[in-house]
Amino acid sequence: MPSPRRSRRLLAALPGAVLLGALASALLGAAPALAASPSPTPVPTSGTQSVVEATASCAVNDTTACVRGALHDDNGNPVKGVTIQLTPPSGTAVPTRTDANGSYVYTVKKAGAYRLALVPASLPKGIKAAAPSRTVQVSLGQLTPGAFALTGTFSGSKSTAGPTVTPLTMLWDQISNGLLLGLLLALASIGLSLIYGTTGLSNFAHGEQVTLGGILAWTFGTVLQWNFLVACIVTVLVCGLSGYVQDRLIWGPLRRRGLGLTQLMVVTIGLSLALSYVFQYFAGAGVHALTPTIQLTGGPLDLTANAYLAMLISIVVLVAVGLALQRTRIGRATRAVSDNRALAAASGIDVDRIIRLVWTVSMALAGLAGILYGLVYGGVNWATGQAILLLMFAATTLGGLGTAFGALVGSIVIGLVVQVSSLFLSGDLRYATALLILILVLLFRPQGILGRRERVG
Amino acid sequence: MDFLTSLLTDFGQQILSSVTAAFAIAVIGLNLHFGYTGLVNIGQAGFMLIGGYGLAITVELGGGFFLGVAVGLVAAVLFALILGLPTLKLRGDYLAIVTIAAAEIIRIVGDNQSLSQWTGGAAGIPGRVYQGAFTALSPFPDQQLQIGPYNYPLTSGDSWFLRIVCWVVLAIVVLLVWLLMRSPWGRTVKGIREDEDAMRSLGKNVYLVKLQSLVLGGVIGAAGGMLYVLSSSVQADSLGRTTTFLLYTCLLLGGAATVFGPVLGSVLYFIVIIGLNDVVSQFVPKQIMNEQQIPQFGWIVVGIGLMLLVIFRPQGILGNKKELSFGD
Amino acid sequence: MTEPAPAVPARGRLEGYDYDRAALRRKLAEVPQEPGSAKPQPILAVDDIVRRFGGVTAVDVDHLEVQRGAITALIGPNGAGKTTFFNLITGFDRPSRKEEGRTPRWVFQGTELASTSAFRVAQSGMVRTFQLTKALERMTVMDNMLLGAQDQPGERILTALFRPAWRKREAEIREKAAALLARFTLDTKRDDYAGSLSGGQRKLLEMARALMSDPAMIMLDEPMAGVNPALTQSLLGHIQDLRDQGTTVLFVEHDMHMVRHISDWVVVMAEGRVVAEGPPANVMAHQAVVDAYLGSHHDQDLGDDALLDEDFGQAVAAEDAEREGRA
Repeated sequence: MPSPRRSRRLLAALPGAVLLGALASALLGAAPALAASPSPTPVPTSGTQSVVEATASCAVNDTTACVRGALHDDNGNPVKGVTIQLTPPSGTAVPTRTDANGSYVYTVKKAGAYRLALVPASLPKGIKAAAPSRTVQVSLGQLTPGAFALTGTFSGSKSTAGPTVTPLTMLWDQISNGLLLGLLLALASIGLSLIYGTTGLSNFAHGEQVTLGGILAWTFGTVLQWNFLVACIVTVLVCGLSGYVQDRLIWGPLRRRGLGLTQLMVVTIGLSLALSYVFQYFAGAGVHALTPTIQLTGGPLDLTANAYLAMLISIVVLVAVGLALQRTRIGRATRAVSDNRALAAASGIDVDRIIRLVWTVSMALAGLAGILYGLVYGGVNWATGQAILLLMFAATTLGGLGTAFGALVGSIVIGLVVQVSSLFLSGDLRYATALLILILVLLFRPQGILGRRERVG
Repeated sequence: MDFLTSLLTDFGQQILSSVTAAFAIAVIGLNLHFGYTGLVNIGQAGFMLIGGYGLAITVELGGGFFLGVAVGLVAAVLFALILGLPTLKLRGDYLAIVTIAAAEIIRIVGDNQSLSQWTGGAAGIPGRVYQGAFTALSPFPDQQLQIGPYNYPLTSGDSWFLRIVCWVVLAIVVLLVWLLMRSPWGRTVKGIREDEDAMRSLGKNVYLVKLQSLVLGGVIGAAGGMLYVLSSSVQADSLGRTTTFLLYTCLLLGGAATVFGPVLGSVLYFIVIIGLNDVVSQFVPKQIMNEQQIPQFGWIVVGIGLMLLVIFRPQGILGNKKELSFGD
Repeated sequence: MTEPAPAVPARGRLEGYDYDRAALRRKLAEVPQEPGSAKPQPILAVDDIVRRFGGVTAVDVDHLEVQRGAITALIGPNGAGKTTFFNLITGFDRPSRKEEGRTPRWVFQGTELASTSAFRVAQSGMVRTFQLTKALERMTVMDNMLLGAQDQPGERILTALFRPAWRKREAEIREKAAALLARFTLDTKRDDYAGSLSGGQRKLLEMARALMSDPAMIMLDEPMAGVNPALTQSLLGHIQDLRDQGTTVLFVEHDMHMVRHISDWVVVMAEGRVVAEGPPANVMAHQAVVDAYLGSHHDQDLGDDALLDEDFGQAVAAEDAEREGRA
């Protein structure tokens, strides 16, 4: 037991530590803004610097806009090999061709009125464009849609009766998306659940830890141009370290001081507020894309590949965490602390050490989730984690507060609910569905899907 | 000296403003929940939003001002019942999660385009839609009035009339809380904050009293929300999660479980923010902190302030150290 | 205690209550000394009450009667289920679901109390204290006392706003609280926070607070635990005073000396069951009691300290609330 004076001193260091930690992370975040704003980083595929690039993919951020479109014939089949031209307000046309999916992408570094045109001669036989050219307004930080209305079909185009996108395929799409979101949520919220289980604390700053992961990966990978894999590893390590430091400087001393759980929760609310605005202060309000060139497969991956990779990583990590909890000595000790802290302490488990480990691992997992989230959904901003915090709470509550496996099941259910309900509901209403489910679960089965109703005393 | 004069003038202007009073009222509602009863409601902004929408939509659809107020208050009662009935029998953190989730649902639905014919979607309901019904009640002529350095219209817009109404309502709410807290009901509520089981063993209907507190505090929050939107517009995003967090900061700053703490806390918060803004824009070079970053810095201060208050001075300025020393 | 207690507002003589302790003991001497024996004037009768935690049976009582006007001690080794039993009959815990053909029921002063919420049990005149004292620490001693009183118009939210509507009752209960505090030698502490009291003083406060409602029966869970020996004698005196003034006492205690000293009747529990009953002098020597204490391997106090274990306590409170909602 450290003396009260010691824990007081540690506490006194808290504000400084928060600010320092925040400053450090944010300085890293600020560096790019300084470096990047005078002259945007050139796109690696092209030697010359230009405001328009035809790229394989594009992520919107502060200094970047995207113009994107896809061409389909009357049967809904993609039309490939069509020449598209984008002309800047001052400058020459930049051509590209639609790919196998009938789509094309431009990365644009300067706002303005651009001329977007389709070269009719490049259209396959049997297809006509109603309006082959128009002016589009491009603003930085936004995606400009660039579709063309085509009539007719090309030879070999498979005829499907009615709309090609059947309700069933739409449903299947959303189920896949739901699984993806669910796995990412699980990765982020298992830590939330473990912390709740071992300490009883509902950590409202957990969302910011997800954001931290994304922002750091962007800082290391995109801004400092590190090898992306290295950037990710360092990010996860730093996030884990942030958990260790937090427990050491804030939560541990406060626990020893006997601060009530409600008060601790209000402290996490304060931390969440401070951190999210530290992110915004230094990294701005825009969306920051993570470098899409992943060395693992040796080339740029498109979004779908990213998604599969993210799912794979999530599953591997989740299984590893699950096995560790079941099979290892430390895992069993963690579960013992979750079940009954006093009993665990009495049977010789160093509860404080276990809790510190839980904080470290949880924050590392949240950071990893932030990286994957950024890769899959086109980038991170200061509010990324905040936006999914309530989904994480919904997931952990649904699965039974404080149970790791429950968090996984709950996350997948929430992921599916959110994505499938987007078939019927517009915009953010799909999040509302998840929250509604959260409330209904509390109403009818407060212990969650997998939680136990009672414990042996 | 010029700077100091303008700073003090700004302070006065902010203290007088309807937004300060409206905030203080919402904080008083939260105080009833968190400070006195120990209910962790993290959705107080949701109650404010409900009050605002209730008033604005009713007036928009042709109901009068008073009908609008009634609709807003009744909606808040219903909202509190929906949240409270299932969760007040569960552990405290369930209420916390449900209130924040429910407030978020209100915000998302208000923000959504599909209901925009009533809510205005993300753009919200502009003040001119419902302010007329309020200014029509003003007994004053429609002209400017200068008192000291402050020059506002008597009746329309961000007027003296609005300021007077806000501060009168605030006074009434303070009186209400004072009356309740000196009564045996107030004693019961504080007992519940201390130990629900002990209160049950003494024959108190804990569930009923908690529900009463939740409803009353929520209704007060909705009243604050109505006054808040009267000077601006009803916009879902302006009353989100961070607003609730801010209300907590004001509460803990002034002193939870005190009658005047919420008022003092709210006034001080706005003074700090205004002061920060004035001082930074006067003395700090733009390269270090630009105009966009000042409010962000303000929020960082609020967050860290909240943490420090809970840890080092849980009783705030007015609170009783012994009554509110959290833990031992 | 020979010294007369300070004036406490008398509630009048109760019909049929054995104020004469010798007469009561003579009556009890006639009662068969076996588990579940019938009492001449039971204030509480319990039937078929079973509580299991997971696979462990914490309480399984077929039948038990508590004599009105007596001080009844409930003893047993750790893990015998005494506190769980207390929790069950006071509504702080619920019997486990239906046993084959056994419907749990318990009748207190002619009122069926099964599935009554805790606060209604208290209102019906059966008030309990807790093993781990539940003083409302951040409230004054006086406020603690006032909360013990029933029938306060000022506790209704609308009446609360108008002081004249509750001023008279408030004055009454203040006077009563002052008298009780004087009796329990806490009068000098009336304006202190309850959190500043010593362990023994908290026990006294909890007892005094429970008496604010003039309960017909008071249930004390280990009243001596953690009490300074200097206070023990006065606590014992207080408990006997309670009986003499018309409150039936049921208490759980480990201190055998105390049990022998003040109780009129002893009920022994082991592994959830009532294994013996009788006057203190006889029951201690009973073979079942010796077995229970010596043969017990239970180091763990099952259910006792996990009293109102968060989850289940919540579930019970939830059920209560539901019932209230329906009522």
